[in-house]
Amino acid sequence: MSLLEELNGKAQALGVPFNAHFDVTYRCNERCEHCYLDHDDHGELTLLEIKGVLEQLAEAGVFFLTLSGGEVLMRMDFFDILRHARELGFHVKVKTNGVMIREKEADLIRDFGVHAVQISIYSHRAEVHDAITKLPGSLRRSVAAIRLLKSRGVQVTIANVLMQQNLHDYPGVKVLARELGVEVTTDPTITPKMDGDRSILGFGLESAQLNQVFRDSELVGNIDEFCAPPVSADESALDSTACSAGHTYCYISPYGDVYPCVQFPLPCGNVRTEKFLDIWRHSKQMNEVRSIRARDLPTCSTCAHVGGCTRCPGLAYMEGSMRGPSSLDCEKSFARTGIPSANMIARRSSHSGDQTGAALVPHVLASPSLVQISAART
Amino acid sequence: MKSCYIARSPMAAARELGGEIVIMSAVNSSLFTLNDVASLIWKAADGTTSLQEIVEHKVCAEFDVDPAIALSDAQHLVDELAGHGILLVKDQPIEKSLASAGSKP
Repeated sequence: MSLLEELNGKAQALGVPFNAHFDVTYRCNERCEHCYLDHDDHGELTLLEIKGVLEQLAEAGVFFLTLSGGEVLMRMDFFDILRHARELGFHVKVKTNGVMIREKEADLIRDFGVHAVQISIYSHRAEVHDAITKLPGSLRRSVAAIRLLKSRGVQVTIANVLMQQNLHDYPGVKVLARELGVEVTTDPTITPKMDGDRSILGFGLESAQLNQVFRDSELVGNIDEFCAPPVSADESALDSTACSAGHTYCYISPYGDVYPCVQFPLPCGNVRTEKFLDIWRHSKQMNEVRSIRARDLPTCSTCAHVGGCTRCPGLAYMEGSMRGPSSLDCEKSFARTGIPSANMIARRSSHSGDQTGAALVPHVLASPSLVQISAART
Repeated sequence: MKSCYIARSPMAAARELGGEIVIMSAVNSSLFTLNDVASLIWKAADGTTSLQEIVEHKVCAEFDVDPAIALSDAQHLVDELAGHGILLVKDQPIEKSLASAGSKP
């Protein structure tokens, strides 16, 4: 067990939110086709309010803080937020598209001791990247930002979301990352919009494409291991929790709403009206999320994949029930192993005429969730 | 003996978790946890109190330890943490600030 895993285990045992993701705005200068956010400002927290929230997070024990959006630099006061966060001792990761980072912003990011910056690059080709972001010149500006940050010694990672529009470009992005001297993470996750609209899932990879991606050793490493059939779950697997959401991790929106995760739109309270720690410790919703164990899941507890599934309770919640299956994860498990999930088999039995699990795999929505499939070291 | 002043680096991230100090270096992303004695030294590293004073007034007051050995051990710890950019070490009091250039762009 690594020191980090050990510390997360300790935090969970102590009930400490060791990790927090704070979106300081949903406004953005890009309009990415697959984005799950509404970019209007419906009443963002003020700088004073954000400083107060950060102080509460520090007091609660948050160590790893991700500042994201929207585009964080759409806030004129972002560097005041950043300074306050660093003065409070957080390990800060900033997610940005980098378009607004020039010399001065890069200097400040270095000077404030930001530990990591993540910049999304969809393709090494401007015509593909800019078509996704709908901002002409965005690839050139994002790459320029990476160079500026790297030249100042800031740790930068490229996030490469795979979808229909850029499926064939990830090798090119890896070459670009190598040239820039940064790591790249590739992820075929497209999630529904926060209001539940699932139309953007159509940008996700088809099952055959996903199958192909999962069998690229450049992305997944050892294919035999990655695509191995599921092993039967032991008692500890059945007693396990799904992920860190609500256990050591939480999400705060630009409006002060607290959720178990950025991908789990279950409102648990609002820091404008309640103390963060009261929400974290006493919210009925947060405690319900914490109570879920694999053995309690009506369908998934009987599934062959239950011991190794990446079932996302947030996606399951968006699908209907936080204790239900997450079909996107079922499809991922099936694409990896060729073995249908209990959810897929149940759906088969409710459809007359379908005799194989394969026939049940949707050809549009097949996209794994929440799990990056590679972190190529340069 | 030459004076030694230590200050927590503003570039490091730190948090107390269950009585243990967790620190990550911004220089090389190394993650550390500090034991009781090291935590005491970390908390006392204000840049204006010398290491000798910290050992005498904090460490030796809290733990039953020989002052000379404690100072030697503390010096080793300080050297290691300084090597990871977590502590600043100087032979005179340290004035530290987070990004003095950090006004609005």
